[in-house]
Amino acid sequence: MDETVYGWWLPPDVSTHGAKIDQLILILHWFMALLFVGWGIFFIYCLIKYRQRPGHSAVYAPIHAIATKYIEGAVVVVEVFLLFGLSTPVWLAYKNSPPDDAKALHIKLVAEQFAWNLQYPGKDKKFGRTDEGLISGDNPLGVDPEDKDGKDDIITVNQLHVPVHTPVIVEVSSKDVIHSFNIPVLRVKQDTIPGQRIPVWFEATKAGHYELACAQLCGLGHYRMRADVFIDTPEDYAKWESENAPPPQEAPAAAAPENAPAGNSPGPDTRPQDHGPSEPKSPPLEQHK
Amino acid sequence: MSVDTHAHATDSAHGHGHGDHGHELPFWRKYIFSVDHKVIGIQYAVTALVFLFFGFCLMMMMRWQLAYPGQPLPVLGKLLGENNMPGGVMAPEFYNQLGAMHGTIMVFLGVVPLAVGGFGNFVMPLQIGAPDMAFPRLNLASYWIFLPGCILMIASFLAPGGAAQSGWTSYPPLSVIAPAGQTFWLLSMVLIITSSLLGSINFIVTIVHMRAKGLTFWRLPFFVHAQLVTSFLLLLAFPPLEAASVLQLMDRVAHTSFFLPSGLVVSGEQLKVAGGGSPLLWQHLFWFLAHPEVYVLILPAMGIIAEVIANNTRKPLWGYRLLVYSVIFLGFMSFVVWAHHMFMTGMGTTMSTFFQTTTMIISIPSVIILTCFLMSLYGGNIRFTTPMLFATAFLPMFAIGGLTGLPLGLTASDIYLHDTFYVIGHFHYVVAPGTLFALFAGIYYWYPKATGRQMSPLLGKLHFWFSFVFINFVFMPMFFQGMAGLSRRLYDPTVYAHGRGVQALNVVISWGAWGLGLSQLIFIVNFFMSLKTGEKVAENPWHSTTLEWAAPSPPGHGNFLTEPVVYREPYEYSVPGHANDYSPQFVAEG
Amino acid sequence: MSDTAIPYMVKPNPVTGIPNGKFAIWLFLASEVMLFGALFSSYVLIRTGAPHWPPEGGLTSDLVSVPLGTLNTLVLITSSITIVLSWASCKLRNLKMFKVWMAITILLACAFLVVKYFEWMHKFELGHFPSHDNYFAIYFVLTGLHGLHIVGGIVVNLYLLTIGARMWNKDPEHFTNRVENAGLYWHFVDLVWIFLFPSLYLL
Ligand code: HEA
Ligand code: HEA
Ligand code: CUA
Ligand SMILES: [Cu+2]
Repeated sequence: MDETVYGWWLPPDVSTHGAKIDQLILILHWFMALLFVGWGIFFIYCLIKYRQRPGHSAVYAPIHAIATKYIEGAVVVVEVFLLFGLSTPVWLAYKNSPPDDAKALHIKLVAEQFAWNLQYPGKDKKFGRTDEGLISGDNPLGVDPEDKDGKDDIITVNQLHVPVHTPVIVEVSSKDVIHSFNIPVLRVKQDTIPGQRIPVWFEATKAGHYELACAQLCGLGHYRMRADVFIDTPEDYAKWESENAPPPQEAPAAAAPENAPAGNSPGPDTRPQDHGPSEPKSPPLEQHK
Repeated sequence: MSVDTHAHATDSAHGHGHGDHGHELPFWRKYIFSVDHKVIGIQYAVTALVFLFFGFCLMMMMRWQLAYPGQPLPVLGKLLGENNMPGGVMAPEFYNQLGAMHGTIMVFLGVVPLAVGGFGNFVMPLQIGAPDMAFPRLNLASYWIFLPGCILMIASFLAPGGAAQSGWTSYPPLSVIAPAGQTFWLLSMVLIITSSLLGSINFIVTIVHMRAKGLTFWRLPFFVHAQLVTSFLLLLAFPPLEAASVLQLMDRVAHTSFFLPSGLVVSGEQLKVAGGGSPLLWQHLFWFLAHPEVYVLILPAMGIIAEVIANNTRKPLWGYRLLVYSVIFLGFMSFVVWAHHMFMTGMGTTMSTFFQTTTMIISIPSVIILTCFLMSLYGGNIRFTTPMLFATAFLPMFAIGGLTGLPLGLTASDIYLHDTFYVIGHFHYVVAPGTLFALFAGIYYWYPKATGRQMSPLLGKLHFWFSFVFINFVFMPMFFQGMAGLSRRLYDPTVYAHGRGVQALNVVISWGAWGLGLSQLIFIVNFFMSLKTGEKVAENPWHSTTLEWAAPSPPGHGNFLTEPVVYREPYEYSVPGHANDYSPQFVAEG
Repeated sequence: MSDTAIPYMVKPNPVTGIPNGKFAIWLFLASEVMLFGALFSSYVLIRTGAPHWPPEGGLTSDLVSVPLGTLNTLVLITSSITIVLSWASCKLRNLKMFKVWMAITILLACAFLVVKYFEWMHKFELGHFPSHDNYFAIYFVLTGLHGLHIVGGIVVNLYLLTIGARMWNKDPEHFTNRVENAGLYWHFVDLVWIFLFPSLYLL
């Protein structure tokens, strides 16, 4: 993972929809800076000009400040523009025009304390049936072993592989508490609500190795509820898909993630790992540029 | 109750110092279970200050973990026990407890009790020329319901599994499956809510019914208007959280599933509950309270700022009526913006558009209020007293906090900024160098009224400058961390590459916070020392115009020596042709 | 008690036209409306989100006893009338009749609680605890909270009937106001039940 891209400002944007969001954030901050500096100058001017000193006294009669009316009016106009000119269209365009179902790669994501379980439909493009009754230690998603749609499903933990330049729809959900599916470089964030399945979509524009971070407090392991996001070139993705496609029935966990799910109750089991000095925790998997 | 004791009030209030009355009350009736609004106000204020400091101490410990993740905390690490600090290093669950309790304590046990319970109780009846609150015994009851609530909240650290650790927002299902501390949190909230309901009823009746002769609605000091709107917010917004707390309590204790959907699997095991509930229901109920609550934090602060600015610019507030209309509008609007905290829960686009529109609308009255304050400086004769320094700093600080609310209020930018440190930066700018500074201004301003002595101006100024500088070192870097995508509530931010990119800032913030903590020692020394050594003052040391300055300092039982009558608007400073540069409301002739 | 003279404890305030106490009661009721409003909204939300209501199937009227509910509704409505009569007796300066009507009000309130007690016990016997499903969760929370309000009303009314009535000799007008305020509260509690009954028993 190239860490030098992360600085004190927005990280690089590798999604198709993110540029609009970044633009909005930038315009907003220019607007805010303008207001603040403008009013700040007037503020300091007042503090100096009207400080108490011998021979100076206050003016009783209220000044007629037409200018403030105009400025307030301007603020309103700008806000209306930001609201209906920028934010709402961006939001609606993102929310209301998900990619074509048939073209997109579908992935199911089920969050749990403190791991991200992912289910890929495999070659048949059909997800195997899942049932929370079947969930167990080595079947974190509760995939029905009987269901033939599920035979070729790829199941991973804390490893999100997606091909670049392909629309992806991730259906997010949670087993236990609320988490939040958050990939800063892709400008996506969506709370995962137990009992609901919410589709999130994005299309990556640049291959690379990035992070998925949980954004909603979900317990003692919230801080380390992290997954690797691999945006693969089409070849790499195909390679990964074929390497991970199961013959061994219960597919998962080629590289057993070290962020294994831990109990909610403060159990001693996770302690030693929790308190170790925190070195980078991403497992050294294949590195992409 | 209606026995006329006016005679007592009159002949008692001559006594300065501790307001010794004609008739003797035992100590505990006078200072502990007193029904006097001033004593209750001071009780609230001191309790709240202690909790503010306590809440800050919790945060200073967390800041160690954030700056130096995984390193043993010096000294305290050993003292806090193996459970919380194994090997002297903070455990993640302890970090979460500290965070949740910091938020809860600062908001519900610190700022609100100080701003409403403290200043509201002490100042408001004086400003409207009333002898006391409308229901003195109800007032007593509300403090004595509040205090056990606080003690319960603090005691929860001793509960098995520690204090509440699901954030001050207590989102289920996490909070429902959390250890016992959460039950304490809920019970304590029920008590605190009940207390503030009683308080707000008392405030409203007092303000509407008990104003002095001549004190019409448009002659009320702005502080009183702010308290009135605040009371309505408390009265109407708190009950839904009380309801929600009861439901969550049921979920925890009686194993119902109001907030638990079907099919939850926790740690690999199916949760044995009926299911069918909705986790988002809690969020709606919580934010229906908690958004108005943030205006409860800011409105009294704005009221204080108005008083201090008018007094120290020596001119009438600019746009007094506009200010009043704005707070009322703010009060109404604050009930219809709550879901801007929930944009990322997957709500429909109609709903999100509605809520981002209302959020933009609600920023307008804030802009107007700030503009009024700013314009009040223009043409003034500004005295930089300690309270004025804090009030001056309030303006740009609140502006930063308020302006950064806009990117959060717009759904598209909130996708990226939600639940990052940007949010933490936003609201700390409004609550810490905003509200907290206003509260400091209020303390310096009304301290002479409460004690008959001034606080030391020198120490006051030192306190101000140190606090002002350090607090910006604390909160300004948070915006950059947020921009870099760093999530809030992270025990160890260096787990993430984007977190490592801004880890250096965490060190800056933490040292800023500890510096800020040290600066508060100046205040604490000043606060207690001035009780003994502060310069003695008469009724009206600031040459102010509002009614509280007509009463002796400190006011005796029954407040005023003679029943005050109001002759003019609240901020008649520098009236042309008058003898002084202030023309008090209670003096007939200029 | 070192009371300062609080104005408008008895006489109406010119701004609102009512004395302090009555104003406070109205404010209190406003907050109560928000409290029960929030609970009702939660109920509606959970109910509309459920595939079937009540969750275990059948009809709500199979799970609760509509006759007992109807009986309790009648009991409460009657008690609302009797508390008005007790207030009217005060107005007519008839303390004796006040006591009679107030006593009847309290008895009716107790009767309500007794019926409620049997209803609850019956559910417990069937194993219908709040944890059974969300119907029962809501049923117990709403009726429980309402029951607490009834208990509160009984305490206030008992106070007015006994110790509180001593005020009659000193200040009958003030006492009458207090009875009126207790009455307002009681009507509210009654009104809440009028909403609870159909939504928990019938719909
Ligand atoms: C006192 C408290 C307070 C106040 C006043 C505000 C004010 C505002 N808040 Fe804030 N807010 C909080 C406390 C507060 N907030 C808290 C505690 C949270 C986090 C809760 C949590 O999740 O834990 C939060 C979170 C929060 C969110 C959710 C963010 C998220 O989780 O993603 C949003 C989104 O809309 C928001 C918006 C706003 C807006 C638009 C305002 C507006 O009202 C602001 C309007 C003000 C202005 C626009 C300033 C105008 C002034 C000028 C321009 C003048 C300049 C003058 C000079 C220089 C002299 N706030
Ligand atoms: C009113 C509200 C309020 C106030 C004033 C503060 C004040 C401060 N807060 Fe806090 N904070 C919250 C409300 C508040 N906070 C909330 C709601 C959260 C979210 C919690 C959650 O995630 O659930 C939060 C979270 C939060 C975090 C994020 C933690 C995380 O996400 O992991 C941080 C990090 O630095 C922080 C820091 C601080 C600091 C340094 C101050 C400083 O400004 C403190 C300054 C304090 C003082 C200056 C004390 C003054 C008092 C005295 C001097 C007393 C004197 C006593 C006597 C005279 C008797 N706060
Ligand atoms: Cu999962 Cu935070
Ligand atoms: Cu809000």
